[in-house]
Amino acid sequence: MSPEAVSHLIVKKIQLKNGLETNKIPRKEIPRNNFVFRSDTQHWLSKGFVVFSLPGPVQNQLMHSPDGQGYSPSVPGSYSHQTPAKVPPHPSLGQYNYSGSQNVSQLNNYQGPGQTLNRPPVAPFSGSQQTGPAPQVLLPPLQNSAAISSAGGFPPGATPPVLSNWQYSQAPTSQPLGSQTSHLAHVTGTGSPQPPSSLSGNTNPPGSYQYAASPGGPPLQNSYMKPGSAPPPVTQPLTPLHPPARPPLGPPPVGGPPLIRPSALTAGPPNTQALLNSAASREGDATSAASDGAAVQNSYDALEGGGLTATPHPSPAPPNVKMNRSVGYSYPTLPPGYQNTSAPGAPGMQASALQYPDGSKHFHQPALGTNHLSASMGALSLQQEGLRPVNLLQERNILPTTLLKAPVPNLHEDIQKLNCNPELFRCTLTNIPQTQALLNKAKLPLGLLLHPFKDLSQLPVVTSSTIVRCRSCRTYINPFVSFLDQRRWKCNLCYRVNDVPEEFMYNPVTRVYGEPHKRPEVQNATIEFMAPSEYMLRPPQPPVYLFVFDVSHNAIETGYLNTVCQTLLDNLDLLPGNTRTKIGFITFDSTIHFYSLQEGLSQPQMLIVSDIEDVFIPMPENLLVNLNENKELIQDLLKALPQMFTKSLETHSALGPALQAAFKLMSPTGGRISVFQTQLPSVGMGALKAREEPNQRATAKDIHLTPSTDFYKKLALDCSGQQVAVDLFLLSGQYSDLASLGCISRYSAGSVYYYQSYHHKHNPVQVEKLQKELKRYLTRKIGFEAVMRIRCTKGLSIHTFHGNFFVRSTDLLSLPNVNPDAGYAVQMSVEESLTDMQVVSFQSALLYTSSKGERRIRVHTMCLPVVTTLSDVYLGADVQAITGLLANMAVDRSVSATLSDARDALVNAVIDSLSAYRSAVLSIQQPGLTAPSSLRLFPLYVLALLKQKAFQTGTNTRLDERIFTMCQVKNQPLVYLMLMTHPSLYRVDNLTDEGALNVNDRTIPQPPLLQLSVEKLSRDGAYLMDAGSVMFLWIGKNCGQSFISQVLGVPNYGSIPQNMTHLPELDTAESIRTIAFISWLREQRPFFPILYIIKDDSPLKSSFLQNMIEDRTESALSYYEFLLHIQQQVNK
Amino acid sequence: MESVVFIFSLIDCCALIFLSVYFIITLSDLECDYINARSCCSKLNKWVVPEVVGHAVVTVLMLISLHWFIFLLNLPVATWNIYRYIMVPCGNMGVFDPTEIHNRGQLKSHMKEAMIKLGFHLLCFFMYLYSMILALIND
Repeated sequence: MSPEAVSHLIVKKIQLKNGLETNKIPRKEIPRNNFVFRSDTQHWLSKGFVVFSLPGPVQNQLMHSPDGQGYSPSVPGSYSHQTPAKVPPHPSLGQYNYSGSQNVSQLNNYQGPGQTLNRPPVAPFSGSQQTGPAPQVLLPPLQNSAAISSAGGFPPGATPPVLSNWQYSQAPTSQPLGSQTSHLAHVTGTGSPQPPSSLSGNTNPPGSYQYAASPGGPPLQNSYMKPGSAPPPVTQPLTPLHPPARPPLGPPPVGGPPLIRPSALTAGPPNTQALLNSAASREGDATSAASDGAAVQNSYDALEGGGLTATPHPSPAPPNVKMNRSVGYSYPTLPPGYQNTSAPGAPGMQASALQYPDGSKHFHQPALGTNHLSASMGALSLQQEGLRPVNLLQERNILPTTLLKAPVPNLHEDIQKLNCNPELFRCTLTNIPQTQALLNKAKLPLGLLLHPFKDLSQLPVVTSSTIVRCRSCRTYINPFVSFLDQRRWKCNLCYRVNDVPEEFMYNPVTRVYGEPHKRPEVQNATIEFMAPSEYMLRPPQPPVYLFVFDVSHNAIETGYLNTVCQTLLDNLDLLPGNTRTKIGFITFDSTIHFYSLQEGLSQPQMLIVSDIEDVFIPMPENLLVNLNENKELIQDLLKALPQMFTKSLETHSALGPALQAAFKLMSPTGGRISVFQTQLPSVGMGALKAREEPNQRATAKDIHLTPSTDFYKKLALDCSGQQVAVDLFLLSGQYSDLASLGCISRYSAGSVYYYQSYHHKHNPVQVEKLQKELKRYLTRKIGFEAVMRIRCTKGLSIHTFHGNFFVRSTDLLSLPNVNPDAGYAVQMSVEESLTDMQVVSFQSALLYTSSKGERRIRVHTMCLPVVTTLSDVYLGADVQAITGLLANMAVDRSVSATLSDARDALVNAVIDSLSAYRSAVLSIQQPGLTAPSSLRLFPLYVLALLKQKAFQTGTNTRLDERIFTMCQVKNQPLVYLMLMTHPSLYRVDNLTDEGALNVNDRTIPQPPLLQLSVEKLSRDGAYLMDAGSVMFLWIGKNCGQSFISQVLGVPNYGSIPQNMTHLPELDTAESIRTIAFISWLREQRPFFPILYIIKDDSPLKSSFLQNMIEDRTESALSYYEFLLHIQQQVNK
Repeated sequence: MESVVFIFSLIDCCALIFLSVYFIITLSDLECDYINARSCCSKLNKWVVPEVVGHAVVTVLMLISLHWFIFLLNLPVATWNIYRYIMVPCGNMGVFDPTEIHNRGQLKSHMKEAMIKLGFHLLCFFMYLYSMILALIND
């Protein structure tokens, strides 16, 4: 942290103190820092977000004042009512959902949830018999420690509280913080059986009384007291719990490190051996790396113990930690310091409190035992399944009948429970190879696939005056950090030891002080922070939307303007934004037309700029206007626009100058430009020439995948610098050089939409598609002036990025706009070997301005184990993620080299990985083509990629279409990319309720997935193919009469209309089932896939059959042939 | 006459050395995040052509003055420079493209290349210096 920042902090603190003093009275009345759940559905597109917010900080933020503590009493109350509604996602949440400020009963409730919901380690204690009092212990320790503190060296558990106590005890006079006093009150309250300790002596007695008197206080006491009412001495032995609970309530900085240091949440080692190894190695590492001896030891312990303590089941038979140590070989390298400290630890404990050792042993060991057991068992079973060699040539039905799920990293279940949802953050190898050499041997790409801004149904939002981050690498605190003690945490990315700030000590969820490890930040791998003003370079921008329409003759011919204006009119009120939302319009043909929407005008005024060589903005102030204040004028314009140019004969298109004008208009604020273009830009800057040669379409040679000019790229970078994103809608019948035009969106973090041969009359299906997609586009969530940073544990480094953005510096992605439908991918390499690590973590942090003008940070953290053997690497391979990453790499390759190079590279990826597996992992060389079970679908998916529009050869693919598919590969989240590559096929004419899902009282049949082969189709069936953005319902010629009449609502096969895209809602069981199934598929994705109902003679049949990727086509191999080809290469 | 050739080469070589150092400094600034990719690349692209020309001139001069050894030494580097300049795809913003530089380890390879060139130019510098002194003595 820079000195300025520090001084800033100090200033803050002082202000805070002052503020508090003046505000003393209200604070007492309301418990400070409680999390309040509030519903904010308007803001979040999807319902049901859980929003935590700290009352105090909220106000801060609003006031932009650094004074951290002031909050208005009304805040908690007002929200508290809504809380119950919020919670549903977690059953346990429901309980712990106590709201705001209340009572005994709520607190009691809370306890239950505490067990289930909170950090796993804690649960065991509260759950187990011996530990029954554990939760309360949290409070008692304070006393103990306080009492003991004078003695010096403590066991870890006890000490941290001491520290805080000390601070507090000194503080009261000068710093009467609500929480602090209340905290003290806790202490005294629970401690009541005990004589006042040194702590209470120090504290200012009135404080505690006050607390007791305060409404919040007594309940707390009560709730805790009950359990705690167990004899006071009991609490003492429990104190060591602290550590296990959240691992590292380490030793006090002063005292000698204790014998048993519970530790971090670093993942549970898969098995004992691994644990020991890593522990030992970690030690070595720590010594070498550490500058501070104490810290090193702590960290060591923490890491070592982490997995162990994390176990939820305390088992009665405790393997001794000591034993563990002795088993753990390789202590020779121990730093003398460590040995000293570890040994003295025990004596220290005994000296200070006799009970400690026993207690601690009880807690730790059980954990150890079970952990090992379960982990190794898990590993075993996984091993059997994931590594089972599969002979691909013999396995006829390779495809599972249900959708493939992401593999679960082999982490301890408690850590895995906290891990990031694979839909948001996915790694190609869920077991990270320890060294680059190992990675190279595996011949599999290492990378991450992200979908960071996905619409989530439940997202914890934290409002807090300080966002806790590592001081050296700026990582946000996350569930995988280790707490060395209550006051310090160790970064899981750079291993620096950081202080826990004062505010973080209080856990607003449980309203307990001294539990930083139970804060929502440390309980959720996906979390959103409300960013304070330090995260703003300028005040948050208003949402600004600019629409740029092509109105040349060609554009008017397609009739798109009607659809777009109508959709825009319908959704004008749904545009994300607030009262500040601004909107503007530009149209262009060979000139540029601006529309003045000044208040007071009776109708919009059109301003024509014909000088396209040197574009200027006439009267800039009235071109972008407030949406709410000028809504009528805007509606008038949208109604008039489609008719204004019907007589236009201008065929030229000055897209370049129009974009320049749009950029100039937007650059003061930033925002989103939506460009609708229907032809090749022909005049002014950025004019392009047709490069496609229709005869060459089928060959992979000499096709122009690279942009022909750098104009659009430069403009995109200018846009990116001014926080402007450009989204391109290309509706074009002829070649429009998407390769060049696409750059404008690609580098400004926009998105590209392509509607081939759009025509309002001739192509009604495209019209509907545009309507639906435009509606989604207009109403979806949007983040402005965003940046994203992806961090990973020291030793790993990101070397290539895929997606639509500009990489501003080594790990910073500049995203002028971010939308929930965009996915990103990165490739990584292992720079330094990860010898000392059991786990590695990845964190993506997306800082953006919401459409409501709030600055927010969305953080996702993922933790994965490190492995040392090749078989483990294969075991953890995530075949979908690998395919996704390979597709991205192949797009890059086809642009930088040639398409055929890219195709070869894809095939080689399969050959290399399978032959590496064959030679290095398989002990018995079997005939045939063997693949590990985890990769058994790899050849199939790669074949699917080769047959996908982006990479296929031999068929007549238009260049623009091919490039559009490439854009999609780069920009789609993995789920949709996989559907696009390898669609799902279901038979739907015989749907039954067997095995059906029940969602919201609807029964959704779950037909099995079929392989994509015509062989699976039967003439007397009906099949649904779900290809992500489009669905096909193929009706066989002899399809059952009942299906045709009861689902399609037509009398017979012959009368099924040619362009049917909707299923009628009929009152028959079959119809209800089919519709339920299709709408269930649709609901799972943000866009609206159009359903084409096709018969044998439909023109779309070819697109349906093209997706039958296991079959042979004129130019491509069938799946079996492909396997034979691979086998030949592998066995070479 | 010979001395004049080498004096010129020496000056030219000094300029190339400075240019290499400038490349290295700018690239490492980018590595350390002191400047952004856009400004780094526009700075560097400006000097790509002068570098190509500067080096080509020395190479041609050596050919003309019939210093075969030095010419052959310079030839690969000069060829590489020209090749690199010619092979820039038309959609890119120059040899250094801000959108690509952070991808596929390009930054590292640019850095390596600049280092190698610096070494090469230093070697040439001493060679020219020696030849110049030799030539002056002979004169």
